[in-house]
Amino acid sequence: MGILKLFAKASPEVQRLPHGSLTLDPDANVLATTIPSAFGAELLQAIGGHIVGLFREARKAQMPLTEINLHFASFQITAREMRGGAVIFLKPKDLFLASPQN
Amino acid sequence: MTQDAKQTRPKVLLVDDDAGLVETYRDLLAALPSHPKVLTASTGTRALSLLKAQQFRLLICDLRMPKMDGIQVLSIVRRSFPELRTVVITGVQDEQFRSRAYALGVDMYWLKPSTKHDMDLFLQCIESLLGKDTEGGFRGVQSKGLMDILQMESLSQSSTVLRVSRGSLVGRLWFQSGELIDAETEGARGEAAFQRILGWKSGTFENLPAEPGRERTITKPLNALLLETAQAMDEVAAPGYTVSAEEAEQADHRQTVWRLAALTREGADFVVSLADPVAGGAEGWGTETAQEIGRWMGQALASCEHLAQQLDAGPWSHLEAKSHNHRLVMLPQEGKTYLVGWPADADTATLRERTKKLVASWES
Repeated sequence: MGILKLFAKASPEVQRLPHGSLTLDPDANVLATTIPSAFGAELLQAIGGHIVGLFREARKAQMPLTEINLHFASFQITAREMRGGAVIFLKPKDLFLASPQN
Repeated sequence: MTQDAKQTRPKVLLVDDDAGLVETYRDLLAALPSHPKVLTASTGTRALSLLKAQQFRLLICDLRMPKMDGIQVLSIVRRSFPELRTVVITGVQDEQFRSRAYALGVDMYWLKPSTKHDMDLFLQCIESLLGKDTEGGFRGVQSKGLMDILQMESLSQSSTVLRVSRGSLVGRLWFQSGELIDAETEGARGEAAFQRILGWKSGTFENLPAEPGRERTITKPLNALLLETAQAMDEVAAPGYTVSAEEAEQADHRQTVWRLAALTREGADFVVSLADPVAGGAEGWGTETAQEIGRWMGQALASCEHLAQQLDAGPWSHLEAKSHNHRLVMLPQEGKTYLVGWPADADTATLRERTKKLVASWES
């Protein structure tokens, strides 16, 4: 029976949202991450670039930030400033379990 | 079927890479009472090109598809065809996908029916979605303006408290035997509150039990107040009406005083509003660095929109941030983006709601 599996059509998958954390240096390079490699370095780099940029520009606007939370309808990004870099937590939201604050 | 009926047939686009399944569903859908015209696509790309070329009432989309999955298709559909009704039909039993699909604004998320009963329910729901736009009937009091509702209360000689809300804003109007005796909203009372409430263009209302002991602050008859307000509104709306410099200055002053009072009342430190993230031009109250903050808001907005699109995670709802001195909440409201700075010791659990309330009152 096993040989038939070789001919079976691979079923397409739906792209999941990333879940985990990543640490970035001040140049937005990813230093460490717990996010599966299936998500690709480009996506993590893009998220990191936006977040580190927001911390940097906030300093320029005389409003240095220690934490940023971005809330999307089904996803949340929490970022803490860390010596010019950042540690970022990515978390999909479950709309049906979410608290009113989310 | 008559020619007219053929012309009004709703169009449904069915997207699934399983050809056998598509054929079955097409036959079942075509047999619905509304006799929809069912077109099919086996890929997301093909579906999007059909949507660009023709107008559809409903899109039914699978999630698992090669190259472009259903979530990606729905994400593009939401941006490009916001009026289109969407249904997900899938074999994927996963809460994350259900959440994301609803976050992308789908009307219905349905697991592929496995029994006849499930299939009947599914078809009933589809028929209901197809019929929603064409159903007639009276909307009743929902379509009435606030002025009409007040006049009805007055004519019926009723004693009641009318609670009117517009988003986070709440106003109360006290009636005693058909006479308006008091009004209150957002720190204002009496005629001033009445005029503010009447300025709200939409909202909801409910009747609460009468409060006979309520102190009277409004002595003018309701009709006189309504006439004054209506005249003022008509004058402003009249073609060729120009506001004199003095009137504009007075209105501007009143609004500034109102906003500063709201800021103090709610306990916020500052508010910055940004109408156009590209052109800039932020306005600030309680801060001297409104332009710098406005530029940051523009960048934050661009980042949020870019990430929402890249992740297919549904629209950006709000941003919260902490600095050493403040808790910040940034959110969109009626075409503008607002950032409100709260004291660092503010209760974070209620900040978003308090920000929504403050921002809602800002432009009213």
